Amino acid sequence: MSQDRQDTAPILEIRDLKIALPEGSDRPFALDGLSLRVNPGEIVCMVGESGSGKSLSAGAVMRLLPEPHVYVADGSIHFEGDDLLAKSEAEMRGIRGNRISMIFQEPMTALNPQKTVGWQIDEVLKLHMPAKRAERRKHALDMLARVQIPDPESAYNAYPHQISGGQRQRVMIAMALALSPRLMIADEPTTALDVTTQLQILKLIRELQREDGAGILFITHDFGVVAEIADHVVVLRHGEVVEQGPAAQVLNDPRHPYTQALIASVPDLAPPAPKPLSDSPVVLKGTGLKKTFAARGGLLTGKRKAVTAVKDLSFALRRGETLGVVGESGSGKTTVSRLVTRLLEADSGAVELDGADLLACTPAQMRAMRKNIQMVFQDPMASLNPRKRVVDLIAQGPIVHGANPAEARENARELLELVELSPAAANRFPHEFSGGQRQRIGIARALALEPKVIVADEPVSALDVSVQAQVLKLLADLRDRMNLSLLFVTHDLRVAAQLCDSVIVMQKGEIVESGTAAEVFTNPQHPYTQTLMSSIPGRDWTPPVRNTDAA
Amino acid sequence: MSLPIPPLLTYALRRLVQAVPVIVLIMVGTFLLLKLAPGDTVDALVGDMGGADAQFIERLRIEYGLDQPVWVQLWRYMSKLATFDFGWSFVYEQPVATVLMDRLGTTLLLMATSLSIAFTVGVALGAIAARRAYSLTDNVISTLGLVFYATPSFFLSLMMMLLFSVKLGWLPVGGIKTIAGFYTGWDHVWDVALHLIMPTAALSLIYLSFYLRLMRSSVLQVADLDFVRTARAKGAGETRLMFHHIMRNALLPVVTLFGLQFSTVLGGSVVVETIFTLPGLGQLAYQSVIQRDMNTLMGIIFLCSIIVVVVNFLTDLLYARLDSRIELS
Repeated sequence: MSQDRQDTAPILEIRDLKIALPEGSDRPFALDGLSLRVNPGEIVCMVGESGSGKSLSAGAVMRLLPEPHVYVADGSIHFEGDDLLAKSEAEMRGIRGNRISMIFQEPMTALNPQKTVGWQIDEVLKLHMPAKRAERRKHALDMLARVQIPDPESAYNAYPHQISGGQRQRVMIAMALALSPRLMIADEPTTALDVTTQLQILKLIRELQREDGAGILFITHDFGVVAEIADHVVVLRHGEVVEQGPAAQVLNDPRHPYTQALIASVPDLAPPAPKPLSDSPVVLKGTGLKKTFAARGGLLTGKRKAVTAVKDLSFALRRGETLGVVGESGSGKTTVSRLVTRLLEADSGAVELDGADLLACTPAQMRAMRKNIQMVFQDPMASLNPRKRVVDLIAQGPIVHGANPAEARENARELLELVELSPAAANRFPHEFSGGQRQRIGIARALALEPKVIVADEPVSALDVSVQAQVLKLLADLRDRMNLSLLFVTHDLRVAAQLCDSVIVMQKGEIVESGTAAEVFTNPQHPYTQTLMSSIPGRDWTPPVRNTDAA
Repeated sequence: MSLPIPPLLTYALRRLVQAVPVIVLIMVGTFLLLKLAPGDTVDALVGDMGGADAQFIERLRIEYGLDQPVWVQLWRYMSKLATFDFGWSFVYEQPVATVLMDRLGTTLLLMATSLSIAFTVGVALGAIAARRAYSLTDNVISTLGLVFYATPSFFLSLMMMLLFSVKLGWLPVGGIKTIAGFYTGWDHVWDVALHLIMPTAALSLIYLSFYLRLMRSSVLQVADLDFVRTARAKGAGETRLMFHHIMRNALLPVVTLFGLQFSTVLGGSVVVETIFTLPGLGQLAYQSVIQRDMNTLMGIIFLCSIIVVVVNFLTDLLYARLDSRIELS
């Protein structure tokens, strides 16, 4: 830690903080000896994977831990020299929202759905600012303007569901900054947002913090975000600090093996060398696909506007190729994956699998065809039947398609080995596995039918970055070994860059750009693709370990 | 200049148009069902008289129009109903409309009071129980709710009668007013109120447990949501959290239940009205079935279906008012 950082009076100083978990948890302390300081005008990033205790430390500072089950067992938290742990609940209420404020992850759920945006901002002011109604209203409108909401007046009167996700997060920020707090705690504030929105929000937080000179404790799992915003980084693992230091040092020259491993798992933006695929046969081909979600309602009931999710989409996937479908939420990328697998019926167009048109199949023919095209879903928890054993989950597909049950189960066990799970996993239930392991099971299930094409819809978005890297590696491995073709739907450009041979960029249901990954990532042509590329957090930072590998 | 029609009015009109086929279907359906049941008004009347000769029975049938084929009877009934003519009750020797109106007041008073009490008290107790979840208070409230829920209404009514009327002599046993009292003005109101205490209490105690349990689980669920945490982080106190953030959202499912239960307001009190000899619609329905008083029975059913439609409409309005995410269209 540099000397000048120690000299200034910190806004927040945490020393040897221990947070106890209820008895019978997997470890006695959620946080074990956390020490950190946040200086005025500084952004301190707390990085760690899920379960590292980073959110609980925010709860401890706010004194909002779910006591008595989870409580501060030891250590001290000083805010501007005051001992926060010694404050009464009434004193804490005076501090919360006023001198320490907080931004949460899900802008969708973090706002009360039944109250207007204005009411919710006004609530903070009402609680901490002795001012007349009209004055408070003016202040709230000023705050909305400060966070660059287009029409503050109408946003003030809107309900949360009437504004977009990015705007909701702006409202949260307006609320958090309304009383110029000395410390702001941001708990994964941009995780649920699209990349372009994420970048805007990160910039906004930075700017506002510079104006106010507040300190920010920023919790995230994303090293890209850290590279974008942090001054100082604290890396947590299982409740223990493994490394902390200035951002540049931790990011470019990590000392601790765990930090090195974490950073090595961050996919860099260099796409793989293009494979010579032009002569392999086309396995899956979509032509003129179109899907409109029809206007609902009839003569007497309510009407809803028709939404065109996909308009006139064509693509070709060759054997052994990975085609990435990239886009932000609402771009229609998930609809594409459903149309191709015929989980949704297309309005028009054709999907040819080995020359046979899937969309023209009768239901019986389609059932037989499904064997050739399988899916891996986003949420590994929700997509596995919790009441079935793993071996049955995997064997079910082949059995339905007429395989001998005993043989199918035998194959399932072999598949588990293939996806690097122990054979003992076969007789267990999905809830006994971690997220990454579950996704491996999902992949094994997809492979059980020996498909020609696998459609993967955001298969790694729900996973921690180190697990994500392993699952991606597994997918790439299997693809090469079994000569599979992958249609890979993702919002994460880093992931796409790592795995895909060619890429389709979608916006509002249309392909705005397509080409080999190398072309699209190094030299994007369409303005939208350019915006997407320049919005990737930490795009100027290249993970160092990978650098040395390349050298 | 054309006046814009307020959206609420178009919505109400559309709901009204939708309600017509519903009610017609209900009426046709019940009419046919009742015709399927063996015996008619004449059988019941003749049975009461202790028998009559075949010619007299034949004449009565012709007089009441019961000799016609079913579909002719149905057509006659429905076309009269279209002009809101409910026909004549041969049992009470009065127009059905008059009989119904006599009884409607009592039932509405009884059901509206008991449901409102059940709703208010149930919501309040449920919220308290949830805030002190798994404490002694919660256990006491939840157990009592369960006990009342499990007690049959007739048993509860009889026990109350035994205690308050027979042993203590505080409250009248039954009826809607003191028959020989001839009270007027406030004395009359007080008299009716005294008579209604026990039936209302019996009914609301049973309904109460639904609201209590639903509110308790709803509050527990909402209290864990992210926006409650946000409000805490803003420095809001527990009372403020409870009223503005938790209860406001937790009430929604409870209101749905309230709407559903209110729809049964006319039919739901047969047992209690009979035990406390209250001259209400529940009692009337029961007697009409026994006496095969078709017209009266159909009248009650018509009234019930109207109430269901109206209450559903009001619930939807209330829901749209309470939940900003729902828009009437």
